[in-house]
Amino acid sequence: MADVEFHDEIVDVPLEGDIDVPGAAKSDDELSTLDEPVKETILRDVKAVGNKFAHVLIPKQSRVLLKEWDLWGPLVLCTFLAIMLQGSTDDLNMMGENDGGPQFAEVFVIYWLGASVVTLNIKLLGGNISFFQSVCVLGYCVCPLGLALIVCRVLLAVSSDSLGLFIARFISVIGGFAWSTFASTAFLADSQPAGRKILAMYPLFLFYFVISWLIISHTHS
Amino acid sequence: MADMSWHSDPGGRQGSAVLDMDSIEAGEISKDYSSDTQDDFGVTFSSEPRGSSASGSSKSFAEDMRQRVGENVTQMMWQAGTQSAKRAWNVYGNIDLLRPYFDVEPKEVQSRLLYSLVPMRPTDARQEVPKELYGPAMVVLTLIALLLYQMKSADHRVEEGTLIGSAFAVCFMYWFGASGLVWFVAYVSEVRIAILQILSMLGYALFGHCIVIFLGTVIHTHHDHMFFYLLWAIIGGLSTLRMAGIIMSRTRGPKQRLFVTGTIAALHMFFLLYLHFAYRTIVQEISDALNDNLVPAPASVKVEVIAPSHNVEAAT
Repeated sequence: MADVEFHDEIVDVPLEGDIDVPGAAKSDDELSTLDEPVKETILRDVKAVGNKFAHVLIPKQSRVLLKEWDLWGPLVLCTFLAIMLQGSTDDLNMMGENDGGPQFAEVFVIYWLGASVVTLNIKLLGGNISFFQSVCVLGYCVCPLGLALIVCRVLLAVSSDSLGLFIARFISVIGGFAWSTFASTAFLADSQPAGRKILAMYPLFLFYFVISWLIISHTHS
Repeated sequence: MADMSWHSDPGGRQGSAVLDMDSIEAGEISKDYSSDTQDDFGVTFSSEPRGSSASGSSKSFAEDMRQRVGENVTQMMWQAGTQSAKRAWNVYGNIDLLRPYFDVEPKEVQSRLLYSLVPMRPTDARQEVPKELYGPAMVVLTLIALLLYQMKSADHRVEEGTLIGSAFAVCFMYWFGASGLVWFVAYVSEVRIAILQILSMLGYALFGHCIVIFLGTVIHTHHDHMFFYLLWAIIGGLSTLRMAGIIMSRTRGPKQRLFVTGTIAALHMFFLLYLHFAYRTIVQEISDALNDNLVPAPASVKVEVIAPSHNVEAAT
């Protein structure tokens, strides 16, 4: 049979070489994650999330937050806010009610519902951005408000309730609010049609305002 | 199941599609009914009388039946599933359909908000109502935020769910529900107005609610509601008059005018009352009770109240 002869010929010359597709990206780095240690994988993700937080804290025109979106940062921030804002159970027990549940759920709902409503509004106004990109940016931009919350908790823990304390908390929260709004607009500005920015800004402003108000109205340490 | 192919009866008459009652003896029919009662609905479909082999075929028929029903149910489930998935996808894809209603300039929104509190005299010319949803949506969101603020400051509590959830539900349900109702009433009374115009009109009218709720919460007058009633009458009245003017200019008969305007006015004004009092009265009653009963109460009562809880704590 002719087949057998054909086989013999092939074995003599083994197949060798690379197949290069011009224009295709080299994906060697991503393929190699299979045999790398778990620690490296996790560290890389943590670094990416940290990098994004840094971008929010020092806002500059950058596409990192939009291009490589993830929801880890928002999830962490949301859980942090919800835990920190959790109402204490002591002062409400006289009415026989436990204030444990709603507070956490409320922050959670405000966070995700608010982000989706703002995103939906941006999409409806004709913004050129995908849903999760926007949710990612909005979520990460709560970071300054998270810092303001930490400052507030520290201030509340250090001294007792007074006017000076309230003013200090107020300033920190207002600072966080302005920072958050500024950062999110810096990232989302490109995706907005010109002349309509104020329309997209309003629900964003309302969203951060409600979160700031939750932080400042939280008085018991 | 109009499919009759499952019924194979070797003993039956070939080619008879019509049941000829005259040609069948009474005994044959009675045997038919007695022999296979478990699939007697087959009789209504099939004209073929079954003979002695009916019991044998009924077994295979039942199996066949089960298989077919199974197939059909699977198909139906699959279809329902794909349909709902398609619908969900369409809602997201149909965002484009809503876009025209969000196509506004900031200045237009500003002027519409202001004019929602400026009533116009109804004339023969139809008053224009924009088909726009951006402004109303933002007004409703603002109202939700204000309501949240009011609930918090009044120490309102929700047993199941969250404050934001109930505020969200109340505001959006009012917006859509009232619009639907007004649309129905307007349809019955032959008002020339579209559902989107009603949504826009009612949504912008909620701007007055926002102002009243905000002022009513910030400027606290605890046991005296005069200030609120004043705002309610003035601002709520202005936005109601504005809507009434729009409806009047688009309706012919005086009865119809009264009917639609009355519905809108009642919905609008009562919703504002509801928003102000629903999340406030409970707290006030409690605070009244605390002030009247608990504070002047002797100390022994308090000890009695507190003591059991201490015991419980000690026991645990």
